[in-house]
Amino acid sequence: MSSAATLAQKLVARAAGRDHVVSGEIVTCRVDLAMFHDSSGPRRLQPMLAELGAQLWDKNKVVLVIDHYVPEADDESRRIVHIARDWAAEQRLPHVYDSQGICHVVVPQHGHLRPGMFCVGGDSHSPTGGAFGAYMFGIGATEMLGVVTSGEIWLQVPETIFMQWNGRLADGVSAKDMMLAMLGRHGMNGGAYQAVEYCGDAVRALGMQERMTLANMSAELGAQAGLVAPDETTRAWLAAHGAPQIDTAPWHSDEHAPGVRYTFDAGTLAPQVALPHSPANVCGVDELAATRIDIAYIGACTGAKLSDLRAAARVLEGRRIASHVQLMVAPASVRDAAQAEAEGVMRTLLDAGATLLPSACGACAGYGSSIPEGSTVVSSTARNFKGRMGAATAQVYLGSPFTVAASAVRGAISDAREMLAGRAQTGTGEGLS
Amino acid sequence: MRAWKLPADVDTDQLAPGATMKHSIEVTARHCLESVRPEFARAVRPGDVLVAGPHFGIGSSREQAASVLVHMGLAAVIAPSYSGLYFRNAFNVGLLLLTCPEAGRIDDGEALAVDARAGLITRADGGTLHCDPIPGFLLDMVDEGGLMAQLKQRSTQPTERP
Repeated sequence: MSSAATLAQKLVARAAGRDHVVSGEIVTCRVDLAMFHDSSGPRRLQPMLAELGAQLWDKNKVVLVIDHYVPEADDESRRIVHIARDWAAEQRLPHVYDSQGICHVVVPQHGHLRPGMFCVGGDSHSPTGGAFGAYMFGIGATEMLGVVTSGEIWLQVPETIFMQWNGRLADGVSAKDMMLAMLGRHGMNGGAYQAVEYCGDAVRALGMQERMTLANMSAELGAQAGLVAPDETTRAWLAAHGAPQIDTAPWHSDEHAPGVRYTFDAGTLAPQVALPHSPANVCGVDELAATRIDIAYIGACTGAKLSDLRAAARVLEGRRIASHVQLMVAPASVRDAAQAEAEGVMRTLLDAGATLLPSACGACAGYGSSIPEGSTVVSSTARNFKGRMGAATAQVYLGSPFTVAASAVRGAISDAREMLAGRAQTGTGEGLS
Repeated sequence: MRAWKLPADVDTDQLAPGATMKHSIEVTARHCLESVRPEFARAVRPGDVLVAGPHFGIGSSREQAASVLVHMGLAAVIAPSYSGLYFRNAFNVGLLLLTCPEAGRIDDGEALAVDARAGLITRADGGTLHCDPIPGFLLDMVDEGGLMAQLKQRSTQPTERP
């Protein structure tokens, strides 16, 4: 047997208390962190825990983020959020983030994720944590019950699919475009519930929040986890977010580690757009140039982090959105919104005509607000399933924040590259976001 | 059991629409699959099975997308492939998923018989279709009514663990 191991195998082996693991075997892993939110968490867990008379295995390893039903729009939402708040108080949970933004962005921003960890989340976009070199995946509420009562979960050790991006992205092309291109090529179950590792020069060049966009949409690829090997960029970001002096050295795939490898050229990648009603229904932005839009939405864990807001602001600086278009911006976290405010990014968005929405899941999953029936939408979110955003007759196109901003200005799906020509490429670092 | 045919890529938001997620499972059940087969919620009978195209259950982690089918009395889902997250959720809530590469040959409304442990589906004409093997601990989980039922049983009979 080859001794060369993938990053995924190393992460799983550590959690399973083993020197090495073989892809395909079923192992039991110790969980370092269990994250859940108001929709998947307390409202489901509390009654089941009570019925079992069971306790949380380790409150320090639990993080609750209240992000789906806030701000509370109606009585049912208020009831669900109350359950979460009351249970958090009763349990004296040490890590609770209430109305601070979306879990996948808030949790790493508060230093909870570090390379080498093994984590689960009660949400399908939990693979976002893989951007930090942690093995993190989504589970349902009943399985979460199993985790929070035992601290363990079973896992079939995944194969690794290496998505290697060579070259360098053009200005106005982003991680979202990389992901849509991968979805177009491999489809929504191309990840086959294995681990995807994003690698190559173009991935290493990405800031942490752009890496999070890739890892986040590993869910759409159908992968269990989506990993980026941690490096100096990871260390610097973590040091600024309460997790200094992290050892990233063990957490990489060995040369000759087993796996399938697909290569992509970042240098020739054009902005990509997913057509209704699937994230894998992808084409280049130029093929849709005349598609008129009513709503431009910059939101969600996928598409409204500080790096996404900055991208949109670069396009919108000194411009106004088209008169028939509504541009809605729901920053992914309160911290990102504050930083965007401090650096003038928010001012730029508002001056261009954007409407600011709360930092919560919002219209992305149709839980809170909804987009209007019959509208044509271009959105920086992750999913455009029919009816997902709350309107069955809406036509939702997915694109990068660059594309959404450019489309808002032109009133039709547009290529941001021409609008960025001659503009300084600033703000690629991520500061304190 | 009677087959309800569904296309490929049936997603969690079709099984359990987001707008119903703040309500009870009864409300979700009334809207289950309404955008794919509007008559399903009214006409489904206990013991029926869903026979879908590839990638069944893609999308969200919301396990109501699986538990709603248990609530409606579905005996199983038969499809060539599933979202991995949906696969775990289904067994955890006691829903049997059969991975059958030839599911597409089954007709809508066809009467089927299923032997999960043998991995065999018997068609109306007596022909059989083979399914991928399922780990024994997952079949046990479904037989016992899901993970919650298992945990309840263990909490009252604290004996061995798997």
